[in-house]
Amino acid sequence: MKSHKTAKNVQMYIGAGIVLFFVLVAIFAPLIAPYDPLEVVIPRRLQAPSSEHWLGTDDLGRDNLSRIIFGARVSLTVGVLATAIGAATGVIFGMLAGYFGGKLDSIIMRMIDVLLAFPGLLLALAIVTVLGSSTRNVILAVAIFAVPGFARIVRGATLNVKKLEYIDAIRAVGANDFRIIFLHIFPNILSPIIVQATLNVGGAIVTAAALSFLGVGTPPPTAEWGAMVDRGRAFLYQAPHMIYFPGLMIFLLVVGINMFGDGLTDFLQPKKSR
Amino acid sequence: MVGGKTLLEVKNLKQYFPIRGGILGRTINHVKAVDDISFEVHQGETVSIVGESGCGKSTAGRSILRLEKPNNGNIIFDGVDLAKLQERAMRKKRGDIQIIFQDPYASLNPRRTVYQTIKEAMDIQNVGSKADRRRDIIKILETVGLGEHQMNHYPHQFSGGQRQRIGIARALSVRPKLIICDEAVSALDVSIQAQVLNLLKKLQKEYQLTYVFISHDLGVVRHISDRIIVMYLGKIMEIADKKALFNHPGHPYTYALLSSIPSTNMLEKKERIILHGDVPSPINPPKGCPFHTRCPFAIERCMYDLPPLHEVSEGQQVACHLAEEGIVDFVSLSREQEFSLTENQE
Repeated sequence: MKSHKTAKNVQMYIGAGIVLFFVLVAIFAPLIAPYDPLEVVIPRRLQAPSSEHWLGTDDLGRDNLSRIIFGARVSLTVGVLATAIGAATGVIFGMLAGYFGGKLDSIIMRMIDVLLAFPGLLLALAIVTVLGSSTRNVILAVAIFAVPGFARIVRGATLNVKKLEYIDAIRAVGANDFRIIFLHIFPNILSPIIVQATLNVGGAIVTAAALSFLGVGTPPPTAEWGAMVDRGRAFLYQAPHMIYFPGLMIFLLVVGINMFGDGLTDFLQPKKSR
Repeated sequence: MVGGKTLLEVKNLKQYFPIRGGILGRTINHVKAVDDISFEVHQGETVSIVGESGCGKSTAGRSILRLEKPNNGNIIFDGVDLAKLQERAMRKKRGDIQIIFQDPYASLNPRRTVYQTIKEAMDIQNVGSKADRRRDIIKILETVGLGEHQMNHYPHQFSGGQRQRIGIARALSVRPKLIICDEAVSALDVSIQAQVLNLLKKLQKEYQLTYVFISHDLGVVRHISDRIIVMYLGKIMEIADKKALFNHPGHPYTYALLSSIPSTNMLEKKERIILHGDVPSPINPPKGCPFHTRCPFAIERCMYDLPPLHEVSEGQQVACHLAEEGIVDFVSLSREQEFSLTENQE
């Protein structure tokens, strides 16, 4: 049991390291990037990785490394913001459904079921198509996509906490529902929310990248990993590095986030792993 | 002690829980947790409610507190019917009735310090002045045997007995008139039980508190009560003064409960009644007297006729057909029965 626990801890630290690395890269992007990510230099187009352009250049001669560095900003922003919006909405709906139960619960959860019944990417695609493609709308689409997961987890956790005696005790001294929900239930269901949020950031990044890959995400010329992979598709044979490196980044970041989130689950909910 | 004015009067209280089934979630049946009970609690006394688990004693307590909304009946507290109050008005009244729970590990919010827990209760009920709050809290903690230095500790830093003291402090902080102790000492070690019981007794004297003490432990009940209510399957079987109940139980069920208390007197040979079978389901309770399926003395009438509570002696009410003429001597009755049984076998 102990070795399992340590392994999980190691996993969490590795994940945290990867995530921290990308966050730092995103924050200091202008300082690290060797070139302007948007600078078009046609003569140096489609160059393979070299000492001058570590990760090569794309079909417009833009430096791949610089674009990947700036792309981290877009991916992380979309992932975190979409998760925050989705979490806030899902948590509120989930707590209301779990706490009040009855008709309200049925109505909210049926709406969530409807959302869940749509394939996620299709839903996001539909939303972005209707609202127009911009980073803001991608965030919105990915956020809506995240709501059901939060609502379900939070509803379950609320049901568990609400039947504990300290909730009865605080009601017995005259607390109203608002106080009970936000001051007593919410702090006690934080750990599953944090875990879900962490894991969701990874999913959100993949979805956002997929939207870009399909051409409805963050519009060009902004450097975005999904869009970069899409662009490289046309030059798969001449310049495979255009796909490899942004693809690898998406993979690395998401794996890092998931490792962190998995480790966090055990860390925050020790009862479950024992 | 008994004889003060009536503080709480429960009349025909019913608490049914719906059982839903099917796709449409229709109510297909009810669990009759509390089924038409009436009793009074006087100012300054301790009334215990005893019975097996599942008999509805805890639910009765929760209904009085309006933690569950009763289906029927009146809960007249200090002249106001709590069962009819709007939620908002009820919240204001809540300072007058408090509860101490069974499980000291579940009854405190793990993320709040002792100070926060008690302060919140006082803030909500607006007890005393805000400026004095800190001083008041320290005083309450000292009253229950905790110190100022423990004020900023979290619940997990305390032992079970200490946590129960925190629960008592919280209940006390809003200056209630009535405290419902729902198995308040059952989860504690025996030595700690005695401490907490004595604390409760001390507080009762100091603050003129009235207790409704819900327990399954007759030893504890004997120690603390003035009057005792015996419940079975959501109904009251017997209400009696402590002395009357322990000296001459009027209901066969009470007699069975009492005979289950182990005796330390080796010379005294006890006539035990051992009840067979399980408590029937409160979803579908037996017709007539709810106890007739397990009652060793049941007669035919018990199967269809529900006996009402009636007075058998001063301060003792019993719901049993056998006791209609007065108190029955169960010891000789069970001897007679045994005798006739053996005779029949021969």
